[in-house]
Amino acid sequence: MLLNASGCLDALTAPDVARSFDAFVTKTVTPEPREGNEPPRIAETDHGMLNSIGLQNPGIAGFLRDVLPQLKELGIPIWVSIGGFSAADYALCSEALNGHDEVVAIEMNLSCPNVDEAPESAAEIVSACRAVTALPLYAKLSPQLADIAEAARAVEAAGADGLSLVNTLRGLALDERTLRPRLGRDTGGYSGPALKPIALAAVYVCRRATSLPIVGMGGVWDGRDAMELIAAGATSVALGTVLFSDPSAPVRVRQELLSAAEAAGLTDPWIAVGISHDSVLPGVTTEKMPAFLPN
Amino acid sequence: MLNRERRRAVGSERLGPYTLLRVDRGDLDPGHPGQFFMLEAPGRMLPRPMSLCLAPTGELAFLFESIGPGTRALGELESGDELCILGPLGNGFCLDVERPLLVGGGIGIAPLPYLSEALKAPPAVVGFRSSEYAEAASLLPQAEVVIDPTLVTDVLAPGYDVLACGPEPMLEAVAAMAPAAQLAWEAPMACGYGACYGCVVEVGGGYKRLCVEGPVLAA
Repeated sequence: MLLNASGCLDALTAPDVARSFDAFVTKTVTPEPREGNEPPRIAETDHGMLNSIGLQNPGIAGFLRDVLPQLKELGIPIWVSIGGFSAADYALCSEALNGHDEVVAIEMNLSCPNVDEAPESAAEIVSACRAVTALPLYAKLSPQLADIAEAARAVEAAGADGLSLVNTLRGLALDERTLRPRLGRDTGGYSGPALKPIALAAVYVCRRATSLPIVGMGGVWDGRDAMELIAAGATSVALGTVLFSDPSAPVRVRQELLSAAEAAGLTDPWIAVGISHDSVLPGVTTEKMPAFLPN
Repeated sequence: MLNRERRRAVGSERLGPYTLLRVDRGDLDPGHPGQFFMLEAPGRMLPRPMSLCLAPTGELAFLFESIGPGTRALGELESGDELCILGPLGNGFCLDVERPLLVGGGIGIAPLPYLSEALKAPPAVVGFRSSEYAEAASLLPQAEVVIDPTLVTDVLAPGYDVLACGPEPMLEAVAAMAPAAQLAWEAPMACGYGACYGCVVEVGGGYKRLCVEGPVLAA
C-alpha cells in the first residue's frame, strides 16, 4: 500500500494527488486548534530540507466539523494523524474519531521534533488510546530514540496495531550571510533523501523486534527506495518530501516499484517484505551468487 | 488539477543583477497576473516559486536574482536545458479596479509587466536599491523609477487602486497608506500547492498559506 506521509499533502487542495494513493493520511490533529510555529518554516539544505510547521491544525472539533466531511467526499480511505501534549490528549482525539466510517486507521504522532513532547512514554499513550478505540493504531516513532526496537516492542505490548517509521530528525540550518538560524523557531525536522538510510535501519530493526505491520517512510524519492524499504520490512510505504518537489511522485514511484521488483526477479514488489533479512533472494541459489555482492 | 511539465529554456538575459529566464511554454497556461509557477532548480531538491513576469508568444518568462543555490542554478540554465515547471498556482491580482497603480520594490517588479499588459499599461512606480538594479525597470517602460534613499511610498499619490509587490516592509508601508491595496507577498515555499504549510505569512491576525490563499492578499 502506498500512502502519503502525514503533513506532506493536503487532500483538499490537491485531491487528485490524494486519490493517487491507496489511503490519505491527514496532517496531525490535536485536541485544541494550533496556529503553528512562526515563519520562516521551510529551509532547504544541501541534502534535504528542514520544516518547522508546529502542527498547525484546526483542533479535533474543527477537524470533525469542517475537514473530515470534505475528506469523506473524496471517497478514499482516511488515516487520521493525531497528536497532543499528554496521553489524555491522544485518547481524546482517538475517541472523537469513533463512528466515522471513512476513518480506517489512526496514526499517533509520537515524535514531532517541532513541539514539546508529552511526558508519558509512547507505550502509555498507546494504552490510553487502545482503551477508547477499536480502530487500528499506528505508532509513529522517532529515529532519534536511543533504542527504537525497544520502543517498538513496548508499543506492541501496549496494543498498537502497527508502526510508522520514521518521523523527521531535528536539525538546524544557518543563513549563509548572517549565520543566524534560518527557521523562525531555530530548529526543525530534517527530511528528504538523507533520511533514507536512517529509515531503512529503523524499519530493519523493528521488523526483527516485532511482528507489527510497518509503514516505511523517509527519503523515498523513487521506486528503488520504496523497494528497499519493503525489503527491510515495510508492509506499506509512504511518500513525504518528494511530494513537495513532484506531485506526480505517487504515480511515478508505483511504476518504478514494479520495475525495481522485476529487476530483482520478483513478480510483485510486496512479496519482498522483509526479504533483506533472508540470506538469498528466492529462486537464487548460493552457487549462482557472486563471491562479492555489490553494494 | 495540477499541471507539471518538463519544458526547455529558450534563453535568458541579464537586467542588472537580475536574470530574465525564458522557457518554452508547451501546454502550460500562463495563468492570471500575480499567479506563480514552481520551477525545478537543477541539482536542488525543492523547486523555486516564481511569479510570471511576461508571457511572450509560446513562452513564459521569469525574473529573479541569483542569491542562493536554487536561483544560481536557474541563472546558469542555457538554451535547450530542461526543467520541470508546475503551475500556474495561487491567486493573482483582481483586475476589476478603476484607477490602478502598480507599485514594485526590487525583485517585486517581477509580476508587474504581465499585470501591466492585462491592465493596458497603467501608471506605475518602482523602487530599487541602486541604478544597477533599476535596469529591470526597462520591463515596465511607463513606470516612475525611484532609487534608494527615495522610497516608493515617498511618491505614492492618493486616490489609486494600488497593486503592489515587494519586500515585507514596503508592503506594510504601502498598506498603511492605501488600506485597500492588493499586496503580493513572498515566503520560503516547499511545494506551491498547499501541501506543506511552510509558506505562511501573518495577515489579519492569523497565518495564511501564500500558495493557496495568496500570494496576492488584501492589505
